[in-house]
Amino acid sequence: MSKDYKDNLPISAEGFMDEFMRLKRGSVSRRHFLGVTGLGLATAVLSRFPGALSTPAYAAEDLGTQMSIATWPNYHDPATFENFKAATGVAVEVNVFGSNEEMLAKLQAGASGWSLFVPTNYTISTHHKLGLIEELDLSKIPNFSQATENPRFTKEGQIDGKTYAVPKNWGTTGFSVNTSKIKTKLSSWKDFFEIAQTEADGRAMVHDYQLTTIGSALVSLGYDFNSIKADELAKAEELLIKVKPHLFAINSDYQPSMRSTDAWLTMCWTNDGAQLNRDMPELAYVLGTDGGEIWTDYYAIPKDAPNKAAGYALLNYLMDPQNAVKEHIANGAPSTDSRVIALLPKEVTSNKIVYPDEAALTPLEFGAAVTLTDPGRAELMARFKSA
Amino acid sequence: MPLPHATKRRLITAALVGPASVWLFVFLVLPFIAIIVFAFGERAPEGGYQAAFTFEQFANLGARSAAFVNTLILAPIGAAACLIVAYPVAYYLAVKASPQRRLLLVSLVVVPFWTSLLVRTYAWMYLLGARGIPHLFEFVGIENVRLINTPGAVLLGIVYGYLPLMIMPIYVSLEKLDRRLLEASADLGAKPISTFFGITLPLSLPGVMTGVALVTILLLGEYLIPQLLGGGKVFFIGNALVDLFLQSRNWPFGSAIAVTLVVVVVIVLLVAMRIAWRVAGTRQVDLI
Repeated sequence: MSKDYKDNLPISAEGFMDEFMRLKRGSVSRRHFLGVTGLGLATAVLSRFPGALSTPAYAAEDLGTQMSIATWPNYHDPATFENFKAATGVAVEVNVFGSNEEMLAKLQAGASGWSLFVPTNYTISTHHKLGLIEELDLSKIPNFSQATENPRFTKEGQIDGKTYAVPKNWGTTGFSVNTSKIKTKLSSWKDFFEIAQTEADGRAMVHDYQLTTIGSALVSLGYDFNSIKADELAKAEELLIKVKPHLFAINSDYQPSMRSTDAWLTMCWTNDGAQLNRDMPELAYVLGTDGGEIWTDYYAIPKDAPNKAAGYALLNYLMDPQNAVKEHIANGAPSTDSRVIALLPKEVTSNKIVYPDEAALTPLEFGAAVTLTDPGRAELMARFKSA
Repeated sequence: MPLPHATKRRLITAALVGPASVWLFVFLVLPFIAIIVFAFGERAPEGGYQAAFTFEQFANLGARSAAFVNTLILAPIGAAACLIVAYPVAYYLAVKASPQRRLLLVSLVVVPFWTSLLVRTYAWMYLLGARGIPHLFEFVGIENVRLINTPGAVLLGIVYGYLPLMIMPIYVSLEKLDRRLLEASADLGAKPISTFFGITLPLSLPGVMTGVALVTILLLGEYLIPQLLGGGKVFFIGNALVDLFLQSRNWPFGSAIAVTLVVVVVIVLLVAMRIAWRVAGTRQVDLI
C-alpha cells in the first residue's frame, strides 16, 4: 500500500480550484462541477488510464496523452470524448464556459492550455484581430467538407479567404416557458418582458450575458439586437432595471431552475430548449416573432495551443458525420452540415425546436462583433446587475 | 568554532520567518504591485490592459458605487446576524455545557469546515429550491413559496457559512472567564442578568470584536453566497470584480476597484481595532 492517496484523487488540487473558481463565477453548471471534481465519477474514469486503449489509427503522429477543450454547458455527448480516447489514447479535459467574453478573457490572459475551443460566430473576427487564433490547416481535418456546409452558417469562419474556424452547430436564442404554470401564450420578446413582471413575477430568468440579455431587451422595444446607440441602450437599460425586481435570477445556467420549477420562464438557447422539452414536454420553446439571435458556434484552435496535433485530431474526429450526428442527438442543437442532417432520425429533423420553419428564423439576427468589445454594453450590464 | 549566540539566534529567526516572507512576497506583494500598475493603465480597445498613466479608472469608481454600497451594508448586517446567533451558542458551550459534552459540541461546530463552503452552499440551493422546503409547504396546502434567490436566502447562507468563525473566538474568550467573578457577583446580590451585562459580556468583548472583524472582512470580499443563493441579482464588489475581469475585460478598472477594496478593508480593520481598544479599555486586544 505504498501508493500515495493522491493517486486516487480524480482531480488535482489546482484543477479543483480552477473548477471551483469557475463555478463560483456561475459560468459552469453544478453538474459539470460535480463531474470534473470526481463528486460524480464520470471524468475520473475518463482520465484514469492514459494511453491504455490507444489504437494504431492515429499512431502516425504523436498526439500525447492529454488535451483540453473549452466549450459550453450541456453541449457534448460525454461518450464522444470516451470514444476519442479509445481511438487515440488522448484524454480530453473539458472546460465549460457561460459566455464568449470569458473565453476571450482567458485567451487574452495567455496560457489557457486549450488545444481546441468553441467560439460563437460574432467573436471570431476579434480573436483573429488579436492574433489569438491561427488559420486552420484543412489538410489535417479531411472530415470537414466545405461543400456540404450551409453557407448561411459558415461565412464568419473565413476571413480574407482563409479558414480560421469551422462550424459546430447553429441555433437560436428564444425562451423556454413552463406552460403548466403560465397560461398566457407568449410569442415575442415584448411578451417575455411583460409576463416576467406579471404572471411570471419572481419566476423569470435572463442570461448573465450582455449579448442576449441586452439584445433581447432591445428587440422587445423594436430596436436592433446589436444596437450600440446610446439612446436605444438607455431605453433597454430602463426596461431591464424595471424588470429586475421581478426576476428569479440572472444566470446562464437555467436548466436546473427550470427543471425544479423554481423558474417558469427563461431566455434559452435551442439546445437547452430541446433538452428541457424532451424531458418535460410542458416546457415549450418559443422564438420571438419580433426578433432575437441566431448563432453558429465554431471550432477554432488557439495560437498558443499546447497540443495542436491532438486539437486537430479531435476536430477531425468531431467533423466525421458519424460522430457529429451523435453529438447532435445528445445536445439538441441543429447541424450546419447536410451530411449530418441526412443521418439524423426523422424525429430530430421534424422537431420544430431544433429545425424551425424558415419563416420563424427570418426576424432573427446574428450577433455583431462590436457588441463583444463595446464598453457601453458592458457597463450597462454592470449597472443592471448592481441595480 | 561554534557560532556566537546572537548570530545563531538571528539564523534561527531567519529560517523561521524566511519561507513565509518569500511566499508572501511572491504571491501577495508582487501581484499587488502588478494590480497597482494596471490600475493606472487603460482598457485596450478589445479589452485587457494597455499601458498608460491615468487616474481615469479611479475617477470612474462611482460607476460601481452600488456594488460598494451593497457590500458595505451587507457585511455589517451579516456579521451582526452571525453574532446574534453565535453568542448564545458560544455561551452555552463555554459556560453551561459539561466538559465531556463540550468536546463533542465544539467538534460539531468545527466539523462543517471539513467540507467546502461551496458544496454546503449548494446543499442550501436544493433545500431552498422548489423541490426542497417549499415542497413540504405544498403538503400543508401552501403553494408556490419561493425561498431561493431572495435576500433572506443570502443572509441565511452567510450566517450558516460564517457562524463557526464567530462562535470560536467568543467561545475562547468566554472559556477563559474566571468563574469566581460570577460567584462574587452573585454573592453580592446581583441578578443573573446584571451579572451577564456587568461581567460576562464585557469580558467576552475581545472575542466578540475578533469574530465581528473576521466575519466583516471576509464578507467584504464575499462573492459565492450572493451568486448562488441570490440568483446573481445581488451584486457585490466581488461580483463586480469578476465581471470586470472576465466579461467586459476592463482589467485597469477592475484593478482600481481591487485596490480600493483593499483600502476599504484596511480602514474597516483600523476602525474596528480603535473601537475594540476603547471598549476593552486596553491595547491588549488582538483582532486577527
